[in-house]
Amino acid sequence: MAPGQGGKPPALANPSLGGQFNVKLAEQLLNGLQLGFVYALIALGYTMVYGIIRLINFAHGDVFMIGAFLFFFGFNVWGLPWWLALPLSMVLSAAIGMAIERLAYRPLRERGAPRIAALITAIGVSLFIEYFTSLKFVFSANFRVVPRPFEDTRFVIGGLGISTVQIFVIATVLVLLAILQFIVYRTKIGKAMRAVSVDQDAARLMGVNVDQVISFTFGLGSALAAAAGCLFALAYSQISPFMGIMPGLKAFTAAVLGGIGSIPGAVLGALIMGEAEVLTAGYLTSNYRDAIAMSLLIVVLLFRPAGLLGKAIREKV
Amino acid sequence: MMKRILALTVAAMMVAGVVAGCGGAGSGSGGGTIKIGMIAPMTGDVKTFGESTEQGVLLALEQHKNKAGGYTIELVKGDDRNDPTEGVNIATKMITQDKVKAIIGSVSSKVTIPISEVANAQKVITITGTSTNEKVTMGEKGRKPFVFRACFIDPFQGLVGAKFALNTLKAKTAAVMYDKGNDYTVGLAEQFKLNFEKGGGKVVAMETYAQADSDFNAILTKIAGLKPEMLYLPDYYNKVSLIAKQAKSKGLNVPMVGGDGWDSTDIDYATLDGQYFTNHYAADDTRKEVQTFVKDYEAKYKKKPDALAALAYDATLVLLEGIDNAKSDDTEKIRAAIQGLKNFSAVSGKITYDEKGNPIKGAVILQVKAAKSFKFVETVNP
Repeated sequence: MAPGQGGKPPALANPSLGGQFNVKLAEQLLNGLQLGFVYALIALGYTMVYGIIRLINFAHGDVFMIGAFLFFFGFNVWGLPWWLALPLSMVLSAAIGMAIERLAYRPLRERGAPRIAALITAIGVSLFIEYFTSLKFVFSANFRVVPRPFEDTRFVIGGLGISTVQIFVIATVLVLLAILQFIVYRTKIGKAMRAVSVDQDAARLMGVNVDQVISFTFGLGSALAAAAGCLFALAYSQISPFMGIMPGLKAFTAAVLGGIGSIPGAVLGALIMGEAEVLTAGYLTSNYRDAIAMSLLIVVLLFRPAGLLGKAIREKV
Repeated sequence: MMKRILALTVAAMMVAGVVAGCGGAGSGSGGGTIKIGMIAPMTGDVKTFGESTEQGVLLALEQHKNKAGGYTIELVKGDDRNDPTEGVNIATKMITQDKVKAIIGSVSSKVTIPISEVANAQKVITITGTSTNEKVTMGEKGRKPFVFRACFIDPFQGLVGAKFALNTLKAKTAAVMYDKGNDYTVGLAEQFKLNFEKGGGKVVAMETYAQADSDFNAILTKIAGLKPEMLYLPDYYNKVSLIAKQAKSKGLNVPMVGGDGWDSTDIDYATLDGQYFTNHYAADDTRKEVQTFVKDYEAKYKKKPDALAALAYDATLVLLEGIDNAKSDDTEKIRAAIQGLKNFSAVSGKITYDEKGNPIKGAVILQVKAAKSFKFVETVNP
């Protein structure tokens, strides 16, 4: 499996073929984990916002894009070290996410606009961000190459290939998930988020500042999306103002698959999406990669209309 | 009821009046000016293609002092962002509002195909410099008479790639990766497979992806397991740079061959160092037409012209020659004049059109060098 530097002749005995198959499978599962984890970070934002105000924030994929660009500017233009550019991008994107909520969604909510109006507004915000940032004096519509801040080395452990970037992506997502878990279940604001998701009015009566909680949720979701954007830029090293559309759509699908409104559901759905894509491309045909991932969603929804972990476990945040 | 009929009649007359008015304005504005449109991706994933195209067109027009066949040529520009929908919108606007007689462009086959459909139906000439897909000049109902190109077509490029892989690289197995939503990459990939297998090689994997994809790990892991002796990557420079980078991190270090979509100064030279692609012309070719063009282009833009610029320049020359020979702004006559060109000497070769609107000429193989240049390797003739 190591790059063919001659040497050993290929072993063709049956047991080693089986072994090779398993190693290949493990490598593919690892690819799926990397992809699924990036989807998971985006999906969390969709699911948290939906859990709290029943809004599908279609502009979320674009916050992911902004995060990637801020990261790129951070270490490539402003000259920050990359490990500082990542949290900075998260903080700035959180502010942008909160601003979007304050300017576009809250006025509608305060005037009691129907939910469909908020949904259409979200689509409008998404298009606005994409086309505004693709103007020449903003990010411009061109692709940019993000230089890798560290060398991407490939390690081969017992035939299983893994790269530095993969390790970094998976580790970062695990850390962020742990932090999120802590915020939602161990802090006061997390408790308030859970309260608002169960019953907004009751939460308000109990003295929870609902608007503040909603704003915080947007900020938290946007920070995670920005982190996903940074990891994406690191892993694939190409960014453009329209890069958020496909990952955004897939993450949204993942959130629905896992049960929109459920945090563990979003992560589970994203991992299933990532693995489904990778395994389809790896073992069936890359032609049906997206088709199969989406069919999976339809089948799951037929049997569990609320998604895998939706409703049944009443844990909306 | 009567009222409604009356209203309808009035409305119909008004529409007819507007249409007639338009037609009159279009054909009556002789004055010795012919408007031509240029559609190219000035922004987006292949923006360097658009920039080169524009520079080629402008150089050709400048050298002809914006005159042809006794008419003044006026250029209208449009940016299609390499998006078929956007391309059709611009073409429609140019044809209906600007009243252009001919369109030069676009760059990608996927954009040029719908544009050529629209233009051909309105008897507006389309000449593309670089769209190599067969369907550009051939529609569902056969030849689109008003469409021409300055480049060779996909089957030829796929054939050249396959011949090079078999004869020079001595590869026996190959894996192909292409964008299933892009007529250009599909065309090259299919023709490569056909000719590579005809020549005794074996294509071990034909893998596809979508334009929006960035993650090729799954496909590359699978391909690495099949151990092909080479990769055929007929996509544009951005995607190829991305795939090549990921291929390396999957331990896939084999020769890669691509098509003219690699021809950009934005390609990742370091990652693709030593890899090959088929192209229309080489700046270090010694033919007189090439050297004159390279000299003029360098004088104007202070850089070496790529094939996109050369072909856009050729496409413009073909159009101007057609107008010159027709001495008319009637698109039927210009069309006939272009179709009748014999050994018209252009930068990318001597152009004679076959019955499908394709020029008959050779291709070159270039090698990417980490020192940010492309080296001429060999010429392959049809």
